[in-house]
Amino acid sequence: MTNAAELARRIVGSAVEGEQVEVCVGRSVRTEVRVHGGEVESLTLAETAGVGVRLIRDAREGVAHAGTFDLDVVDTLLAEARDNATFAQPDDRVGLAVDDRVDRVAIDPWSAEVEATPVEAKIGLALQLEARCRALDRRVRGVRTSIYGDSRTETAVVSSLGIDASRRATSASLSTSVLIDDVEGSTRTGAAVEAARTPGALDPDSVAAKAVARGIALVGAGRPRTGRPLIVLEPRFAATILGIVAGMLSGERVVKGRSPFSERVGEAIAATDLTMFDNPTDPDSLGAAASDGEGLACRTVPLISAGRLDGFLHDSRSGRGLGVGSTGSAMRAVRGTPSPGHRSLRVAPGRGDLECLVAGIDDGLLIASLQGLHSGVNAVSGDLSVGVEGVVIRNGELAEPIREGTLAGAIPRLLQDIVAIGADLQRQPGGAFVPSLVMTGLTVGGAGG
Amino acid sequence: MLDHELINRTLSTALDTGGDFAEVFAEDKRSSSAVFDDGRVEELTSGRDRGAGIRVVVGETTGFAHTADLSETGLANAARAAAAAARGGGGGTRSVNVSAIDVDRGPGARIPPEEVAKATKVGLLTLANEAARGEGAAISQVSARYGDSRRQILVANSDGLLAEDDQIRTLFSVSCVATGDTGLQTGRESTGRTVGFELFDETDVEEMGRRAANRALTKLGARPAPSGAMPVVVGPGGGGVLFHEACGHGLEADLVAKSASVFAGRVGETVASPMVTLIDDGTMAGEWGHFAIDDEGRPAAHNVLIQDGVLTDYMWDHLRARKEGRPSSGNGRRQSYQHLPMVRMTNTYISNGSDEPADIIASTESGVYVAQLGGGQVNTATGDFVFGMTEAYLIEDGEITEPIREGNLIGNGPEVLTRIDALGNDFAMGSPGMCGKDGQGVPVGDGTPTLRVTSLTVGGTAA
Repeated sequence: MTNAAELARRIVGSAVEGEQVEVCVGRSVRTEVRVHGGEVESLTLAETAGVGVRLIRDAREGVAHAGTFDLDVVDTLLAEARDNATFAQPDDRVGLAVDDRVDRVAIDPWSAEVEATPVEAKIGLALQLEARCRALDRRVRGVRTSIYGDSRTETAVVSSLGIDASRRATSASLSTSVLIDDVEGSTRTGAAVEAARTPGALDPDSVAAKAVARGIALVGAGRPRTGRPLIVLEPRFAATILGIVAGMLSGERVVKGRSPFSERVGEAIAATDLTMFDNPTDPDSLGAAASDGEGLACRTVPLISAGRLDGFLHDSRSGRGLGVGSTGSAMRAVRGTPSPGHRSLRVAPGRGDLECLVAGIDDGLLIASLQGLHSGVNAVSGDLSVGVEGVVIRNGELAEPIREGTLAGAIPRLLQDIVAIGADLQRQPGGAFVPSLVMTGLTVGGAGG
Repeated sequence: MLDHELINRTLSTALDTGGDFAEVFAEDKRSSSAVFDDGRVEELTSGRDRGAGIRVVVGETTGFAHTADLSETGLANAARAAAAAARGGGGGTRSVNVSAIDVDRGPGARIPPEEVAKATKVGLLTLANEAARGEGAAISQVSARYGDSRRQILVANSDGLLAEDDQIRTLFSVSCVATGDTGLQTGRESTGRTVGFELFDETDVEEMGRRAANRALTKLGARPAPSGAMPVVVGPGGGGVLFHEACGHGLEADLVAKSASVFAGRVGETVASPMVTLIDDGTMAGEWGHFAIDDEGRPAAHNVLIQDGVLTDYMWDHLRARKEGRPSSGNGRRQSYQHLPMVRMTNTYISNGSDEPADIIASTESGVYVAQLGGGQVNTATGDFVFGMTEAYLIEDGEITEPIREGNLIGNGPEVLTRIDALGNDFAMGSPGMCGKDGQGVPVGDGTPTLRVTSLTVGGTAA
């Protein structure tokens, strides 16, 4: 097996005077088991490798990448990136990351258990998940998917400016989508996913219980009435909405005039009890990393404190653009160029759990699914419009379920419309650690007037 | 890409421990892109991906492994891994002898993108930027992207099939931001075809820049979209996404077989308004979802899914078709050699109706006119789907009036299909799309004439 860091150093070693070269090398080994009807439907065992080269000369950047470690291809990348750079137009902000001497937190989100666990045991988890879903309730008509997946990834970033950072991570997950019988031959669905560092930390019974309960909760759902109820977001949906907000706090969007939060640092942009930061060095987060996509140390990045905007997420280029430096927030795939993003959003807890929040609401909607996020969110204008399923809250209690509704609002204002924050922080597969939220100011659209 | 003897040996290795079916899918993909943003050509990127995926089917189980190493050893290791994954046991060795099939590859690319100077590609970006910025000082940001790819594939399987294809696609898009009193608004225009650089003989990138700019400018003055159920008219070329989501995915045989589709067991039944004829057609040369062979080596086909409102057939890949003892419909596709194929759409469209588009609008008392759609999503088991509108207007007293802000619409597939009460005679293909399913993206095309749905729920903020 070729060592990722050694391969990266070898290519960087070929840089000539007057050019900056950064090489990102990644390798990942992946297992995926899909079961259906008590049988293994497919089992994938795969290894992928990739090399990405970024070259800067005279403030111009060129990029080349390859999905292989084969030297006949890898050896052409530097020349290709060099040629590409000659066609870009110069910009002073272009440049590789320079080590900013921030101490790297010693985290190694890796477990040998992923490799050591026999494939039979991984298949067993997926089969147990499916069987458990079927056994939980008579109304479970079928299980559309029951999937076990894991990966071991190693990444190295090496540059001619002295960056030499390697990191590795393992993850394992179980996910399912169940089909539930509803009236008149119609179907409701419930889905759940759980992720961890190791297969041993996964609990098929709890994933099954969640998916089935979510589907059952929607049995008998009708269309909502159009109106503006209080919207209750469980932690998994709070993570989705806050993740969209964090995307708008990307320094790259700010520098390029694509963020509605540009030039609002220090201003009140959210409810006063909202405090949010990116916390990538939390070792228990599934988004944890010691170094970012440019090899700089990951660190805590304050975003919103008591409702006021602290600042943005930066990589080297956007940090240089605003004159504040990188926040160690570069995200990057081997195939692409870095851009700033969040790894592990954390929200300071408020008061009460979901039940307690619901109890205080006369007219509300507990969200059960969001549909069409990729087409229904405009991160530049802030317009949000998605499909929803949910359960109506009436006089502090959960009432009838609804489906085929829409939920719409404007994100910059939405933050000020947060009326309650729970204390029920939950870890999400995507890395966030956030509580339930209650917000006003969103319109629910449905069939009834 | 691979020598026949090497393919035969690899397939034999894959079946060494028994197995009903084995397949080698080799791919060599080169891509290049150039991005203009924030007033300058930001970067050019070149990419190369090459490797092979091997699957072995034993009973109900598929084993899959892939490798970026196309040497005899690399392929043999992947073949053994796939066989082990399929839990092959017992069975004796089987020799395989593949023979190439003739495939009609069509005219192919006239101007291969790799033969075009990078400076020429970059020049298009600058032109689009200047044209977009020329539309007004309110245009505060412009980005433009050029991309091309050449994907050479080879598929061989233990049934003796051997087929190759060479797929060239070229893409261009422009995105603008307009800044005004109401904040920031966006406008986008894109085109993509399964052709080479000759795309730009018929595409005016300056016109694309102006259109994207005007979409953003128009939205500066847009009113909040209404919310609730109302008639929706979709312009020519725009409605394809609606059908892609409302019923396309539900007609994929893998979802049907798992009873995860509201259209399961309904072949022969009336599922749509009698004016609806829905076709999925991979043979449409030049279109974004076109290919000569699918990713299982089957020739692309013209498949009628709904004829005059009656469900005629589903879409099939090799595995599902084999189980039903029928041929594949040429809909087995995969994102890359690193993925297993599954049933996917190609170019999905509704053929022309007989209504005059102007009459459709004039006969709509109030509602929404959608000129450009965004992406969509469907839950095939419930039939509930959403799709985005990125350029839309109010219809008041039979006339298109004010622009409205963007948002999603939601509907239920089987219900919406029966609620189409007008179909225009102005068929057009829509913008190129990337369709995602189970984590894999593939290029798809779609098209429709102007059409009206009597009731869809619009997700606006105006109550």
